[in-house]
Amino acid sequence: MKKFYVVMAILVIASMALAACGAPATEAPAATEAPAMTEAPATEAPATEAPAMVYKVGEVTDLGGVDDKSFNAGAYAGIEKAVADLGVEGKYLESTQQADYAKNIQQFLDEDTNLIITVGFLLGVDTAVAAKANPDTNFAIVDYSYPDCFGTDFVEGQTCGSASELPNVLGLTFQTDQAGFLAGYAAAASTTTGKVATFGGINIPPVTIFMKGFEAGVKYYNEQKGTAVEVLGWDTAAGDGQFTGNFDSLDDGRSFAESLVQEGADIIMPVAGPVGLGSAAYCQETKSCKIIGVDVDWTVSASEYTDVILTSVLKNVNVAVYDATKALVDGTFAGGVYVGTLANGGVGLADVAGASDELKGELEAASAALSDGSLTVDGVLGQ
Amino acid sequence: MSETVSPKKTKQEHERSTSLRQELLIPSLAVISGLIIGAIIIAVSGASVVDAYGALFKGSFGSLSEFIAGIKSFTATGDQTELLKAIYPFTESLVAATPYILAGLSVAIGFRCGLFNIGAEGQLLIGSLCAVFVGYSVKSLPAFIHLPLSLLAGAAGGAVWGMVPGYLKARFGAHEVVNTIMMNWIAFRLSDWLLSGPMKSPGFRPVTQNVLATAELPRFFAAPLRFNWGFVIALIVAYGVYWFLFKTTLGFEIRSVGANPDAAKYAGMNIIRNFVFVMALAGGLAGLAGATQVLGVDHWVGQGFSAGYGFDAIALALLGKSHPFGVVLAALLFGFLRSGATDMQSMAGIPIDIISIIQGLIIVFIAAPDIIRWIYRIRTAKKDEMVLTRGWG
Repeated sequence: MKKFYVVMAILVIASMALAACGAPATEAPAATEAPAMTEAPATEAPATEAPAMVYKVGEVTDLGGVDDKSFNAGAYAGIEKAVADLGVEGKYLESTQQADYAKNIQQFLDEDTNLIITVGFLLGVDTAVAAKANPDTNFAIVDYSYPDCFGTDFVEGQTCGSASELPNVLGLTFQTDQAGFLAGYAAAASTTTGKVATFGGINIPPVTIFMKGFEAGVKYYNEQKGTAVEVLGWDTAAGDGQFTGNFDSLDDGRSFAESLVQEGADIIMPVAGPVGLGSAAYCQETKSCKIIGVDVDWTVSASEYTDVILTSVLKNVNVAVYDATKALVDGTFAGGVYVGTLANGGVGLADVAGASDELKGELEAASAALSDGSLTVDGVLGQ
Repeated sequence: MSETVSPKKTKQEHERSTSLRQELLIPSLAVISGLIIGAIIIAVSGASVVDAYGALFKGSFGSLSEFIAGIKSFTATGDQTELLKAIYPFTESLVAATPYILAGLSVAIGFRCGLFNIGAEGQLLIGSLCAVFVGYSVKSLPAFIHLPLSLLAGAAGGAVWGMVPGYLKARFGAHEVVNTIMMNWIAFRLSDWLLSGPMKSPGFRPVTQNVLATAELPRFFAAPLRFNWGFVIALIVAYGVYWFLFKTTLGFEIRSVGANPDAAKYAGMNIIRNFVFVMALAGGLAGLAGATQVLGVDHWVGQGFSAGYGFDAIALALLGKSHPFGVVLAALLFGFLRSGATDMQSMAGIPIDIISIIQGLIIVFIAAPDIIRWIYRIRTAKKDEMVLTRGWG
């Protein structure tokens, strides 16, 4: 038994010693922060102005985690920029299961966070419930907007979650059909087989809006050039297309790409998060297709596939989150709905690989027309 | 830790107490070692162990000073707010432990019969879907019928999901490990389909409707505290499983089949019936875990409903030595770790993944107790190591 205590003691001491080595790196700023802030005005400048309030911003991720290379990562990139530029305090909490959403929001509420950013429509109910119970805290939710009648827990009737019910929540939504339109146009201009394709994760609006824009862009190109490029995998009129049914299976991405290529497509836009990486791997191995990335620039986030990436549809969650944080700091934060468009930089198209100057010019023209409303996705689709 | 035995104790009592101490010694040392190595990893990654474990502790138990302040404010003014805030972390840990207890019992009861139930995750998911379906679709029932009915639906769904591999093993000799894994995948994809199709709520989101108020497990305190009757149910069920396994004839049969199926068969026990029955029971317990979670905490089911309770349950059964009370203790430990991790992540900036690492280390030490015996120089005094699973066949 004696040896047992000796070993225990050594382990405990070793861990403490290591702890001491590691400590200064993180402890120092935390410990000095508070005094520095209160001391500075008192000693250096006469106390005419109260020290500026440090706003706290917290992000609650959905199940993808903060490094999902998609909207969770995008939102945190926006917070990091705000930390650097605006001097706010930024944090994130990752959710690993459904029950974490409410718990993580509550954690930020307990820490008196000023702006809580929740990512994804799965957090819709918990965000609304927390916002209703804490009217003094501001919330922003990515990819969701109220009103939408969601549960029975919260409010009944048709006004549930409207701007008047939740004046402290800003829904961050994105007109990705505009950017998808440009991607479709670029794909139609680049295809050699006359067929382009898309597929999605689940048949829900945040996914299909990409595909709808893509189809419209191809149709617009056909109208302009008198061509007959076909779109596989999505049909707006029917409201249906090809869906993997999940957002995680790389194998599905691979097999969907394979079957679309067999049907003759040479450009594919997978709207299913990491599933698309499976498609990119297939294209890279067989050299039979090109990929259009979604959400973020895939030549950056998935740079190993750069040689098969035609372009990416950008959903600039980072811009939206930064703008919301800036509004908080400026005191202009208001609930409602933010819509990211080509005009305000909320959505966009990454550089098209190997694009001719002519195509670049046409894309710019289309982008300008979409921005000023003279060209619309619904108009092209005849809806 | 006195090695001397008081003369009053009979030899039998002495043996029992040493064996209990042996039973508890390895798991406790495994937990301590896991935490120490976790501390080393935190330190190496450049964070402060004191901050991290401080936040972990505060996040799982709450702070005593806040609790005292809360009591003072409550007795002075009758205002509960402070007090509720102080007990919030502790109650959240119990909420997190609830599905762990039930899922852990599911795997443990399988182990007792020599069956390796890897399918708890799928059984749990099916249980939650059945419970939520009865919870939102059966209308205008009083709570005292609706709630038990929903719980029962969850348990029944899980039981069916568990019974299938049990039957396949008993009838065709198909190994339950393979079949429970297969049943997991069927459950995952079935739930994807149900959530985006037949069970989808109005609107675009692939989630179910909320259960009706009459099917919700009542909560003990006002929002945001989520502590509910599910925890009490889990404790009662744990006692029930203990009583069943150790105080009934059928429980004795199950343990005999687990210890030595050939001898059990020779003694006239029906092995096939026991396999099917135990797998159904295990599935029912996992299904109940899903049901209490959805009826007590979430009230709706979406993708990512469970973050692997069913897989952690295997670890819990190992850590708890497949004894119901051991499983409860192990589940509480995991619940406190999981729940405190939120604070640790937020206050000390430690990724929640460190908790998975600590849990993993604990499991390694439990699965290979010789490592612990070697590190701490413990003499091997084990006579009868319990057989968890037998090989293929």
